[in-house]
Amino acid sequence: MPTKPDPTDDALIEVRDLSVHYRLGGSAAARLLGRDTGAVRAVDGVSFVLRRGEVLGLVGESGSGKTTLGRAMLGLVRPTSGRILYRGRDIGAARERDLRRLRRDLQMIFQDPHAALNPAMDLGTAIGHPLRIHRLAATPAARHRRVVEALERVGLVPVEQFLGKYPADLSGGQKQRAVIARAIISGPSLLVADEPVSMLDMSVRAKILDLMLELRRDLGLTYLYITHDLATAKFFCDRVAICYLGKIVEIGPTTQIFAEPRHPYTRALLAAIPEPDPSRTVMRDLPRGEIPDAARPPTGCAFHPRCPHAFGPCGWEARDLRALLESRWTRIGDDRYRAEQSLFADLAELDTPGRRIQIRAAANAQGLLDLLTEMRAVDPAEPFWRGVTDIQIDGDRVVIEFAPPVEPHLLPMDEVAVSCHLYDANLSPDAQVSDRTP
Amino acid sequence: MSQLSVEPVEEPREPAPQGGRGIRRVLSPVRSARGIARILLWAGAAISVLFVVLAVFAPWIAPYRFDQYSAGGHPFPKQGAPDATHLFGTTVQSLDVASRVVFGARTALEVVVQSVVISLLVGVPLGLVSGYLGGWLDRSLVLVMDALFAFPSLLLAIVLSFLLSGLIGGTVTAAALSITVVYIPQYFRVVRNTTVSAKEATYVEAARAIGARPITVMRRYLFTNVVQSVPVIGTLNAADAILTLAALGFLGYGVQPTQAAEWGYDLQRAVADAGAGIWWTGLYPGLAIVLLVTGLTLAGEGLNETLNPTLRTRPLRRVLLPPLPATLAPRTHRDRP
Ligand SMILES: Nc1ncnc2c1ncn2[C@@H]1O[C@H](COP(=O)(O)OP(=O)(O)OP(=O)(O)O)[C@@H](O)[C@H]1O
Ligand code: SF4
Ligand SMILES: [Mg+2]
Repeated sequence: MPTKPDPTDDALIEVRDLSVHYRLGGSAAARLLGRDTGAVRAVDGVSFVLRRGEVLGLVGESGSGKTTLGRAMLGLVRPTSGRILYRGRDIGAARERDLRRLRRDLQMIFQDPHAALNPAMDLGTAIGHPLRIHRLAATPAARHRRVVEALERVGLVPVEQFLGKYPADLSGGQKQRAVIARAIISGPSLLVADEPVSMLDMSVRAKILDLMLELRRDLGLTYLYITHDLATAKFFCDRVAICYLGKIVEIGPTTQIFAEPRHPYTRALLAAIPEPDPSRTVMRDLPRGEIPDAARPPTGCAFHPRCPHAFGPCGWEARDLRALLESRWTRIGDDRYRAEQSLFADLAELDTPGRRIQIRAAANAQGLLDLLTEMRAVDPAEPFWRGVTDIQIDGDRVVIEFAPPVEPHLLPMDEVAVSCHLYDANLSPDAQVSDRTP
Repeated sequence: MSQLSVEPVEEPREPAPQGGRGIRRVLSPVRSARGIARILLWAGAAISVLFVVLAVFAPWIAPYRFDQYSAGGHPFPKQGAPDATHLFGTTVQSLDVASRVVFGARTALEVVVQSVVISLLVGVPLGLVSGYLGGWLDRSLVLVMDALFAFPSLLLAIVLSFLLSGLIGGTVTAAALSITVVYIPQYFRVVRNTTVSAKEATYVEAARAIGARPITVMRRYLFTNVVQSVPVIGTLNAADAILTLAALGFLGYGVQPTQAAEWGYDLQRAVADAGAGIWWTGLYPGLAIVLLVTGLTLAGEGLNETLNPTLRTRPLRRVLLPPLPATLAPRTHRDRP
């Protein structure tokens, strides 16, 4: 188990309110005409401090923006807004030339070792290349010595056997060791490790993680460890940050998060940790549905469509009713499905945003209201109904009003910070998450 | 699954000596060419090599010089039929057809080599820069190259040859340059498109992450992986260049007859002979063109088939099943996991 860093340790990198949005498709012409083509909010308002010498785990499902955050920390992708402060400089705003100099200090280990090495460059050249780029070795002989040293450090021995090899001649684990050697040769202080073992065989995973811990001890490295696998995060990290749709929903010391998970999403993740069964490395299904589209994140708390504890202020909207109807219709028979669907004039109306929605009925609004009332009666525990403040008939339509959405922010609790209204005394005086353990 | 072992039909890659690794890696698909591709490749290569030999050793192979019309004080016959002294006969200008065909190979080779080299030197770096940097530079280059590409290639070559003949005369280099312009867009396109997809590869981002400048990324990371598609266009273009050169010569815009022997020009002079039953002046240069173009095309197609992964169908490998333990044998005819 890695030793805990002193909490008074100074910050290596401070991330403040960082957002990275990717523009969606859309031609140059569309942009010229000022048409908004929309954007994927890969990282959306993230703040945290990376302390010198710690291992911070970034945990989340696929598409939660972990890789994007890691790339932004190295200046490989430009932030849309926010700052990344390293030694008093903002990496996100640095010029490309200055960034290149910083890259001696900030290095990355990639998820796919098979793609991270130039297939046409032998190992000796590839691993020595950072030295050449940053002019860190006076002579070719000095460079060679340091390459040999790096190869020995990552366990690619006997070195002479590996110097002349090409990536195609290596196994996955050996490639990842080579990638690590290339990353440490310039003497960095931070390594961003983007799922460094997820594409490796079970048998070599532990060895690579051990190697990384050994390097951290010997070289005083700081890691940002990106993973979707809580089991390795528990073993490897001092602190973990749980990500969901571009946001950090809970962050704190690993032991605390695992002992007492607070955010409903963290709880769901932990409940899904597989028994030590090597064949299950992906998280099991979370309750209720898929991770939503990052181009159109849900309002309020992005987790509310899947959250079993969601209530009034969590951000209910028409889309949630549509999801509810669709899930009902997959369960009931074909005839009833057709009958119920024909009550609506236009199902597309269920995509309109806003706190107040009007649903036009095809024939009579009363039938529609009856359907909604029945749904509520059948499953009164459904969190959706906690967000509905009013349902009325207005002529040929049913008007639904939702509670005003509130966007959650990280609330400090002990050493942990959680982003959930259940812990906000102003919003949820009565809700006690602990007695609603999923 | 562990009971199946896949036996490659061919020997596994032998550990190559340190020195020639790079070349060997590039050539390994050629050595592993199979079936039709192999036949095409070898037939094409054989024909091409024959012409290269003719070109290089022309002065020793040809009985006379390409512009020689007399020997030992005896002028050659005019439009003389093939005989022992003039194996392929003589032309209306009393030139030896056999010698002109052999020296024509030299002209063709010079033009092809020069034009391919120049278009490579221009097209590949442009494509690399355009594809990697993108932006307005890329857009304008693509526009220019597409315009050039859409232009009828022979017309383009004629226009350029016309312009160049004023500057440097109807030399071999002028002909090569006019042909070059036709081929630059092809190298540009292929290299640019491969670069655009290759720059998304993780190893390119990794190169940026270790602090490589764009020029270093292009030279050390993209170039070696992008040029692999170039030999194919090179050979295909070589065949096309021969045809364009001959067309230029035939139309009178090519290499001037005083500069070198050129098949297209000879064909054009032979047009009038054909009606008079003089077949040898036209047949031999024509045959040379057809044969060399065929050879280069075969080699190009063979290479294409071998190197281009989308066309390539790998030869089937034999799957060897080890003998099963007797107890299991009856059940596992249709084995299921
Ligand atoms: N270059 C890009 N252009 C546009 N969208 C992108 C780009 N890269 C990532 N995205 C989008 O941004 C979101 C976050 O992607 P990211 O790769 O950061 O997630 P991740 O958490 O690393 O996922 P995974 O576990 O699958 O690696 C996704 O919706 C993805 O589709
Ligand atoms: S704020 Fe908390 S309770 Fe509400 S949806 Fe989000 S996680 Fe669930
Ligand atoms: Mg990722």
